Amino acid sequence: MKSLQALAQNGGGDNLILQTTIRLTVPFIQLFGLYVIVHGHYSPGGGFQGGVLLGAAFILIALGYDLPTSKRYFPVRTNAILANSGALIFAGIATLCALLGGYFLDYSILTRLLPIDPIEWRSLGIFLVEVGVGLGVMCIMLSLYWDMASGGQMEEGL
Amino acid sequence: MIWQLDLLILLMVVICAIATITIRDLLGAAIVFGAYSFLLCLLWAEMGAVDVAFTEATVGAGISTILFIAAIFRTTRRSKD
Repeated sequence: MKSLQALAQNGGGDNLILQTTIRLTVPFIQLFGLYVIVHGHYSPGGGFQGGVLLGAAFILIALGYDLPTSKRYFPVRTNAILANSGALIFAGIATLCALLGGYFLDYSILTRLLPIDPIEWRSLGIFLVEVGVGLGVMCIMLSLYWDMASGGQMEEGL
Repeated sequence: MIWQLDLLILLMVVICAIATITIRDLLGAAIVFGAYSFLLCLLWAEMGAVDVAFTEATVGAGISTILFIAAIFRTTRRSKD
């Protein structure tokens, strides 16, 4: 394991087969993650699982290349903004339902904002909340990995 | 719900669980723990809990194994004390 560690630290881990495989599979993983989020309310999956899949795609880039490469594709600032806006979407929609006179997370009351069928609003509300959950989970998973792999320095790592 | 398949997967889950706590090498234990998570995911999918199986496959077998390996790379081979 010590030699593996030395290999990871002096950047000698560049592997053409690994990097090409990752470059080919990452778009499909991201597409599958989006599919899982969008179809979350009537099939297995949902915001959490889709967010984990989207985060795993960026973690794969960080594993196969190195930490600065994954930070170039997905900057730390964007990560912080998206993670917070994901939480804001979830809490914002839930609070909006309460402010409009319904219960917390009761989407059917949103029909006062946009007059479509309350039952359709329930389906749409779950979808909107799951987009927020997916965004938050994706960014938190990626920053968890960044912190874990670089010891909190966010500069050098696996 | 084929009980023979259930029993086979359950046996492999137990074997993987015992191997995880028996193996002295940290990296090997993390990999076997990933295999344990994936077999547990198979067991849940076979029992009909597809949503739980999906979560186990993404979080248990995917992210937590990667996080374990990332943590293990910050350690050294031999303990200092």
